Amino acid sequence: MISFTNVSKSWGDNQVLRSLDLEVRAGEKVSVIGPSGSGKTTILRILMTLETPDEGLVTVNGETLWDAKPGTTPRETKQMRAARRNVGMVFQQFNLFPHMTALENVTEAPVRVLKMDAAEARERAVDLMELVGLAKHLDHKPPKLSGGQQQRVAIARALAMRPKVMLFDEPTSALDPELIGEVLNVIRELAHSTDMTMLMVTHEMRFAEEISDRVVMFDHGSAVEAGPPHEIFSNPAEERTRQFLRAVLDR
Amino acid sequence: MSSDFVSYATPLLLQGLLVTLLVTVLGTILAVVTAFAAGLGRLSQHRFVRWPAAVFVEVFRGTSLVVQMFWFFFALPAFGIQLEPLAAAVLALGLNEGAYAAEIVRGSISSRTAGQNEACIALGMGRALRMRRILIPQSIPAMLPPFGNVMVDLLKNTSLVSLVTVSDLAFRAGFVRNQLGHTTEVFLIILVIYFVLSQVIAFFTKWLERRFALDRQSRSVTKAAGMQPVGAGGT
Amino acid sequence: MTWDNAFAWSILPELLGGLWITVQITLAGTAIAMVVGLAVAVIRFSRIPVVSKLFGFYVQFVRGTPLLVQAYIAFFVLPDYGLRFSALATGIVVIGLNYSAYTAEVYRAGISDVPTGQWEAATALSLPMARTWVRIILPQAVRTVVPMLGNYLVQMFKDSAVLFAITVYELMGHALAIGSSSYRYLEPLTIAGALFLLVSYPSSQLIRTLERRLAPSR
Repeated sequence: MISFTNVSKSWGDNQVLRSLDLEVRAGEKVSVIGPSGSGKTTILRILMTLETPDEGLVTVNGETLWDAKPGTTPRETKQMRAARRNVGMVFQQFNLFPHMTALENVTEAPVRVLKMDAAEARERAVDLMELVGLAKHLDHKPPKLSGGQQQRVAIARALAMRPKVMLFDEPTSALDPELIGEVLNVIRELAHSTDMTMLMVTHEMRFAEEISDRVVMFDHGSAVEAGPPHEIFSNPAEERTRQFLRAVLDR
Repeated sequence: MSSDFVSYATPLLLQGLLVTLLVTVLGTILAVVTAFAAGLGRLSQHRFVRWPAAVFVEVFRGTSLVVQMFWFFFALPAFGIQLEPLAAAVLALGLNEGAYAAEIVRGSISSRTAGQNEACIALGMGRALRMRRILIPQSIPAMLPPFGNVMVDLLKNTSLVSLVTVSDLAFRAGFVRNQLGHTTEVFLIILVIYFVLSQVIAFFTKWLERRFALDRQSRSVTKAAGMQPVGAGGT
Repeated sequence: MTWDNAFAWSILPELLGGLWITVQITLAGTAIAMVVGLAVAVIRFSRIPVVSKLFGFYVQFVRGTPLLVQAYIAFFVLPDYGLRFSALATGIVVIGLNYSAYTAEVYRAGISDVPTGQWEAATALSLPMARTWVRIILPQAVRTVVPMLGNYLVQMFKDSAVLFAITVYELMGHALAIGSSSYRYLEPLTIAGALFLLVSYPSSQLIRTLERRLAPSR
């Protein structure tokens, strides 16, 4: 479903991604873990076309998203836009539209971009809001919602576009500890009951272990190690992985 | 002050006041339109839109309003265009204040967090849609206080139209003074009238700000964008 | 009937002379605005019972009324009370005092940006008020204040054109005089506009750079 071939990206002197090769099968749930600045968020941002790779080929659902040659600046193309439509993203900072109600947040893109009929979009939005447990908050504006509620609306909003791939960029890192659970519950439900391809960057190790088919350990722009959760978390092969997990899990 | 003076001056000054109000309103409308056109123009992706917009803004900010007003009235005829004094005055006022206010529009839209932009990209929204439905509506509350300043500024600048023979409050005051003397009284009276008007506008702006505030966010955005009071000159 | 190059060149020297007057007015007026504005700001901040409120009202009143009318009052009304000055002097003082109401606000903002901790430290060290102001508060307030004052300087340069209405013979005055005597307004007004732009645009760019240089340390 997703493939990265030889993808590199630098910010000035800092090489954020080094010749990355990565494949995600359709329906697979993959978690990416690793220290800050390791480049894991960049993977998601490149998939969402929020950042441009310097070099490499990125495809989604067989369609080319990026085909970057060193020295040239890739530009937005029709093909890219078509490929991008398969991808949805949930941000760390939620990024809900503050001037619209929760329901309007969810219906906006389907109506305006997918040209869906307004009544149909509304129906779907109500269903999605029920799915994330916020059926009673349809007419509330984001400032009136808690962080956990806002993030759940953000998930509903992304799902409304029927993506084949859902990206989660540290979805709970900006939340108060007691609100993390409600968001993880929604993501867990998504993972277990749908065959959506999911790619998640997170620091919630136990959660990653629970729902992932595969875990990738990232550091300094490269995938250090990848494998099924029980392998990575209980018996990692690489020293770097061991180091990281020790620091994170022994708090 | 004799009652003769009062009965002579009052209707004239009232007429002048009406003209001043008319010019203020017309000027404000033109200024808002210009501000959005130039401000959005400067945010455009296309160079052939950005550059003319930037040039327009710099030219109208950098040459003096007084010069512009006289230019529209006295210099345009050389190109065969003879404008009524009122038209020339409103045109100069609106374009000038609009050029200053373009920065308000540009500043408040571009100070929307990057996150809002990214959410729109993630949902597949094109640039026009993003602007129209998400970025601009959010920016409006933050724009209201500075635009209130613009209106006050415009009000004060309307006094300049008296110099191109538009019969506004300042013009009428000069006329009354020429006819009847009482220089001090006449000018002090109109000074107070201008003051009252500017306070009314300021009060109305604060009301608008409270009414349309998204939440405390909009006020801190205004500060963060570092927006200065527009057009310092009280003319 | 359009642009006459020969005519344009012939009037340029006279217009440049007018520009020079405008520059002088701006410099003198800004000096007044900066000094008076500072005094007003300090007094307002010090909250002296009657005086501070009065100055507060003064600032609001000057900011809420047109410069043109203020100039008329200074020019036409004061002589009736025995105060007779040259048009130029009157113009400079009027524009200086007008802008002092704005600079006072700039100073006030800059002063209130200085953290209260600084005041408290000064009190703890028993520093006299005057020294606190001069050595501690004002130097820190300067960072915010300087770019904004720069902006007002450029603004005053453009606003000074108003003063032709009280017979101050600066750039605008020269342009109109040429226009009315030769019946050609296009060249003098356009050149006057260009001269304003030629001075104000680079100046405001300079100030923007200054602003950026001073900003990070905040």
